[in-house]
Amino acid sequence: MGFLELANVSKSFGDSPVLQNLNLSVEKGEFVAIVGFSGAGKTTLINLISGLLKPDSGTVTLNDLEIVSPGPDRGVVFQNYSLLPWLNVHENILLAVDQVFPNWTPVKKERHVEKYIAMVNLTEARNKKPSELSGGMRQRVSVARALAIDPQILLLDEPLSALDALTRSTLQNEISRIWQEDRKTVVLITNDPDEGIYLADRIIPLTAGPAATLGPSFKVQIRRPRDRKAINHDPNFRQLRREVIEFMLESQRGRHTAITKKLVLPDIEPEEPNPALLMFGTRPRRRNEVKEETVEVS
Amino acid sequence: MKTKLDWVILPALGFAAAIVIWHIVSQTVSKELPSPAKTWNESRDYILKPFEKRGEMDQGILRFTWYSLLLVAKGYAIALLVGTPIGFMLGLSKTFTKAFDPIIQVLRPVSPLAWLPLGLVLFLGAGKQASELGALFTIAVCAMWPTVLNTALGVRAIPQDYLNVAKVLQLSRRKTLFHILIPASLPYMFTGFRLSLGIAWLVIVAAEMLTGRPGVGGFLWQEYNALNYAHIILCILTIGVVGFILDRLMSLAERRFKTA
Repeated sequence: MGFLELANVSKSFGDSPVLQNLNLSVEKGEFVAIVGFSGAGKTTLINLISGLLKPDSGTVTLNDLEIVSPGPDRGVVFQNYSLLPWLNVHENILLAVDQVFPNWTPVKKERHVEKYIAMVNLTEARNKKPSELSGGMRQRVSVARALAIDPQILLLDEPLSALDALTRSTLQNEISRIWQEDRKTVVLITNDPDEGIYLADRIIPLTAGPAATLGPSFKVQIRRPRDRKAINHDPNFRQLRREVIEFMLESQRGRHTAITKKLVLPDIEPEEPNPALLMFGTRPRRRNEVKEETVEVS
Repeated sequence: MKTKLDWVILPALGFAAAIVIWHIVSQTVSKELPSPAKTWNESRDYILKPFEKRGEMDQGILRFTWYSLLLVAKGYAIALLVGTPIGFMLGLSKTFTKAFDPIIQVLRPVSPLAWLPLGLVLFLGAGKQASELGALFTIAVCAMWPTVLNTALGVRAIPQDYLNVAKVLQLSRRKTLFHILIPASLPYMFTGFRLSLGIAWLVIVAAEMLTGRPGVGGFLWQEYNALNYAHIILCILTIGVVGFILDRLMSLAERRFKTA
C-alpha cells in the first residue's frame, strides 16, 4: 500500500465522465509527474487529491486515511498562484503558518516564514504585494507557502505553465533543488513531458479525455542531480521522452471529439462608432449574439 | 499646454457659459429669477462670514453645511452598519437572496419623500427628537441600497482561488470572513459606499426641507417661503459643491483599495 493511493477513482461532471477508473500509488518521498493534454482532467485529478472535489466512486487515501475534505496536510500550489493580493509576500506565507502552527510563539513563526522566503530566494521582495511581482516570483511565493505548512505531500498543479520558457527552466531547477533538500512526496501535474522527466522519479501519462485514465508509469532512470544540458543528450532521456509522447498520441487516436461550448466572451463595443454607419449601415454581429460555436478537436 | 487647456480653460469656459445663460434667462424669460450679480450681492454675507450665527435660520453657509453634514454622517453610518451585513448575507446565501431580494427590489426605488412621513410616524413617541430620528431613518433607508447590492456583488465575485486557499488551510468561518471575504470584496464595497454617500447627501436636503431643521436644505426652503430667491441659488450651488467634494473624497479612498 502506497503513501498516496488512488483506487478505482472516477469523476464526472454532469453527464460527461472526466476521469475513469484511475489507479495510482505513490511511495513516501517519491516525486511523481503526471503528464496530460490540456482539458484531459489534470486539475480535476489534483482537486481529488487535495480534497476540493470528491470522487463519484473509488477512494483516495493518504497515509491510510481516506481523504474527504481539503486540509493543510496537503500543500497545494495552484496553477494561477492563488496569492491573496491584499497581503504582501511575508503576510501571505504567515497567514498559512499562523493557521497550521497556532501554538508557536510569534518569534518562531516569524523565523519559519523567513526561512521559506529565503528558500525561494525572495528575501529582497518580502514586503512586496503580489501585483508588484513577476509571474515567476509569484509562483515561488506560492511554493514557499505550500512548503511552509510542512505538508505530508506537495501537490503542484501545472505550477509553471503560465510562465515564459526561461523563467520556467529556472524555476524547474529551483523545484529540483528544494526537493532534494527535504525529499517531500510530490505529485506534479504538467503538460510538458520534458518537465516531468527532468523533475520526477516516475512519470505517468494521463490519456486524452473524456473519461481519461492513467497510463503505465515510466521510471526515470536518470541520476540526480540532473544537469539540464547533459540531459538532452542522454539516450535514456530521449528514449523515455519518445515512449511517453508516443503513448499519449496513441491514446488520443480515434478520439475525434467535437466540443460544443457556450461562448461567454465580453461584448466589446466599438470605441468611436462611425455615426454615419450607425444610422444607415447594417449593425455588425456582436460576439454575444453568437450563441454557440462548434470547435472540431482532432 | 494642452493639459492646461483641458483642465483649466475649458471648465472655466463652461462655467462662464452657464452664468451667461443664467443672466440672459433672468433678464428675459423669468424676471423673478435673480441675476448672477444680484445673487452674489445678496449672498455675500453668508459666504464671506461663513460661520456666523445671527439666528436659528440665519447663519453662515458653512455653518448650515456643517449641520447638514453631521446629520448625513449619522444617517450614512447607520446605512453602512445595516447595509453591509445584509449585503454579505445576500452574497453568501442563495436562500437568503431568494427570500429577501424581491422585497429589496420593491423597497429600493421608493423615493425619500415617501419614506420621510413614515419615519416621522415611526418616531412619533420620541417627542422633540422625532424630526431628527425621522430624518435619520429616511437617510439610512434610502442610502443603504447601493451598499447592500454592491457588497453582495463583491462577495459573489470573489475568485474561487481565494476560497480554495481558505479551504486548504481550513480557516475558521471567522478567519475566512476577516482574512478572505472582506478584503476580497472591499473594492466593490467601496463603490457601494460612494454611491450611498451620494444618495445620503441627496436625501438630507429633502429631509431638512420637510422637517424644517437648520441646515442647507432647511435654509433653502425657508428662504423660498421668505421670497429670498437669491439664497435658493446659493443653497443649490453649495449643495452641488459639497456633493462633488464628498464624491471626490470617496473615490480617492476607493482607488486606494482598488489597487490592493
